[in-house]
Amino acid sequence: MALSGIEIFKKLPKTNCGECGVPTCLAFAMKLATGQAELSACPYVSDEVRAEIDEASAPPIRTLTIGTGDRAVKLGGETVMFRHEKRFENPPGLALMLSDTMDDSVVNEKLSKFKDLEFERVGLILRPQMLALKEESGDAGKFAAFVKRVIDQIDAGIILMSDKPEVMAEALKICKDKKPLIYAATKDTAEAMGNLAKEAACPLAVKGSGLDEVMAITDKLMGMGLKDLVIDSQPVNVKKALEDQVGIRRSALVKKVKQLGFPTITFPGQLTDSKMKEALIASLLIAKYAGIIVLSEMEGHNVFPLLLDSLNIYTDPQRPMAVEEKVYEIGGPREDSPVLITSNFSLTYFIVSGEVESSRVPAWLLIKDTEGLSVLTAWAAGKFAADTVAMFVKKSGIADRVKHRKLVIPGYLAGMSGELEEELPDWQILVGPREAAHLPAYLKQWSA
Amino acid sequence: MALEIPKVSYSGKIKEIVLGKGDKALTVGGETSYPFYLFEGQMPLKPRIAMEVYDSPPEDWAPTALEPFADVASDPVAWARKCIDTYGAEMIALQLVSTDPNGENRSAEEAAALTKKVAEAVDVPLIVWGCNNAEKDTEVLKKIAEDCAGRSLMIGPVTEANYKQVGAVAIGYEHTVIASTPIDINLAKQLNILLGNLGVPDGRILIDPTTGALGYGLEYGYSVMERIRMAALTQEDERLQFPMICNLGKEVWKTKEAKQSRDEAPKLGDPAKRGVLMEAITAQLVLAAGADILIMRHPESIALIQDMLNDLLAA
Ligand code: B12
Ligand code: SF4
Repeated sequence: MALSGIEIFKKLPKTNCGECGVPTCLAFAMKLATGQAELSACPYVSDEVRAEIDEASAPPIRTLTIGTGDRAVKLGGETVMFRHEKRFENPPGLALMLSDTMDDSVVNEKLSKFKDLEFERVGLILRPQMLALKEESGDAGKFAAFVKRVIDQIDAGIILMSDKPEVMAEALKICKDKKPLIYAATKDTAEAMGNLAKEAACPLAVKGSGLDEVMAITDKLMGMGLKDLVIDSQPVNVKKALEDQVGIRRSALVKKVKQLGFPTITFPGQLTDSKMKEALIASLLIAKYAGIIVLSEMEGHNVFPLLLDSLNIYTDPQRPMAVEEKVYEIGGPREDSPVLITSNFSLTYFIVSGEVESSRVPAWLLIKDTEGLSVLTAWAAGKFAADTVAMFVKKSGIADRVKHRKLVIPGYLAGMSGELEEELPDWQILVGPREAAHLPAYLKQWSA
Repeated sequence: MALEIPKVSYSGKIKEIVLGKGDKALTVGGETSYPFYLFEGQMPLKPRIAMEVYDSPPEDWAPTALEPFADVASDPVAWARKCIDTYGAEMIALQLVSTDPNGENRSAEEAAALTKKVAEAVDVPLIVWGCNNAEKDTEVLKKIAEDCAGRSLMIGPVTEANYKQVGAVAIGYEHTVIASTPIDINLAKQLNILLGNLGVPDGRILIDPTTGALGYGLEYGYSVMERIRMAALTQEDERLQFPMICNLGKEVWKTKEAKQSRDEAPKLGDPAKRGVLMEAITAQLVLAAGADILIMRHPESIALIQDMLNDLLAA
């Protein structure tokens, strides 16, 4: 982690020559510490000191990217243990495991399902981005052909899995341009796998049983000049998996253990035979620091909840997602189309607008600025009170765009309808359903 | 040289709270570490799961959620017995939704009579949860506390608006209060202080931090729970050292995705497995944030969580 100004100052020449643009070395050190200056501005620091300072100011957990293009997955860069302290940076990559011993037809079916697993939520596209291709045949040619077949069909972040350097070498020839993650260097293959990773300029996973063994391997690989590493500590059970994840993150952040300053890769399927339990272990790993989670199965029913988990844990706790206050037109509304109102919390907006859309009834949706709070939260916080709602309805200009005077409010706010009618004497207040899911049925029977 | 994981030093401890009485009474709390961090502290008592029972037949439930209870849906006593006899429930949570003034508006007398019947039919600890209307809950919970005197119920939600009345009867008739605040560490602490000042003994307070479902605000509660645990264990914030309870089943199962059929949501896989996973994952996450008691609906989600708890707490 970052050095303090004083720590940096101790390493500077202390000649106060001023060539860096600041009068003293101390002043320069202070600027460096707060990121207002670049070390290169001082011509007199030795290479050795430069390396020391560079290293010390690198993020405690390495940021790296697997894959290229659309489904490239960025991992690492985390700086905290708890999400209320600061937003967790890079959500884990979810990977589907495929083996070169699977029938072609099975692989094809799994791939086409994988492509389908794409969900829109709060304006974002959620989807699994990675495929873990595993060599189980023992046959380098077969594995390479399998890898080729897969990457020809789909653009995804690739993890190449084989313990055999010679098999890995063949597979890398096929796909190294896609920046796959090489899985994995063990204590026996560290050197060979390290060389492959270096030549191919691809990230490399380290597989060791327990953190001590992992550290010995990462240490060796770092010595070989490798920087983009990913850790698998091979926990034997769920309890140990949690301990390892916490241990790795904490060691890197608190103790600056460089050998553990990397994102992790996990295999919940190794800890259970049940697909349901595998998903549950994955859900915990999402919250507890995993970098990549490889799943043995991907179906809508396990992937969708896991993507929600990841979305929840990785949203910025300081800033609720909000949309702009305005009149949204859905499906080309006319002067006799219904008018609805809700809050500007993204989740609320996307749920409600999605339901209105799927009703196929064109409608006007008034979004009032509630500082990103949901309907009930906004109401409780006084951001959706009758007087301010009325003011917004008036200034929104909706009265000029429709002939009728009927306003649909959220069912949960039934209690405010009387007051709102007083504030908006020209309007009739209609209490809509409580859950947006019931809006389509409601809108279909609505008439001006 | 072996790695020493940097340890957190915990100076606080969560209070142990006895739930119910008699043979089947349970104790929760007692943690001296973050949830399941057994490498640096203790979690001597397993988190517990209460199965939901409703006071009126459910409407609009996902078929998967209703199916296990379809034969008992209109008989809360039979429902509670089925939870215990068939699914091995270690606790029951009676959800008094029909007392809601905006709904059926059943009277406090009716609610109390029903609660008494259920309480007599079960030997496991019983949680009684009102309709979330502070005024009505006051009336209902007071009557229940009185009529079920000495039964050591867990009653809630007790809020800033009704803690005096409900707290007083809880003291008098020996029940445990579920102190409920809307996702805010300071409000949670404040309510516990107020309850303490009122005379509610420490052994009879549970914190309900308010729970949102997976994909529907879960992250807010998750972080508040983490902060509550942090304050309790590392900052010795004595008024936050209580076990936490999450009423999550009803939140999860009211979401759209927990209910949609295969036709309605072809991309979301098997509807039965999806609903179960959404509930179990919500439960797993609140456990990771510090929950000691979960109120859940589906027997399969519950079985999954029990299995995870056994793994996470294995010696
Ligand atoms: C997450 C959350 C928070 C988050 C905020 C999240 C956010 N961005 O809004 C935080 C922690 C900040 C928060 C704070 C507070 N909260 Co809060 N919070 C919740 C929680 C758990 C979930 C809210 C949520 O995200 N829902 C999901 C969204 C999508 O729901 P929604 O907007 O209501 O939309 C649904 C429907 O209303 C409907 N709908 C929406 N629009 C429309 C429009 C039409 C026309 C129709 C027909 C339907 C419709 O469709 C949607 C889906 O079906 C709820 C409890 C709960 N389970 O609901 C409490 C809750 C809303 N909070 C509550 C309270 C009291 C507060 C605070 C006032 C507490 C305090 N004193 O500080 C503060 C206020 C904020 C402030 N002062 O800054 C209370 C409100 C009580 C009441 N009945 O008034 C609740 C109900 C909790 C409780 N039981 O006590 N909260
Ligand atoms: S250029 Fe280097 S030596 Fe000169 S004052 Fe700046 S920091 Fe000091």
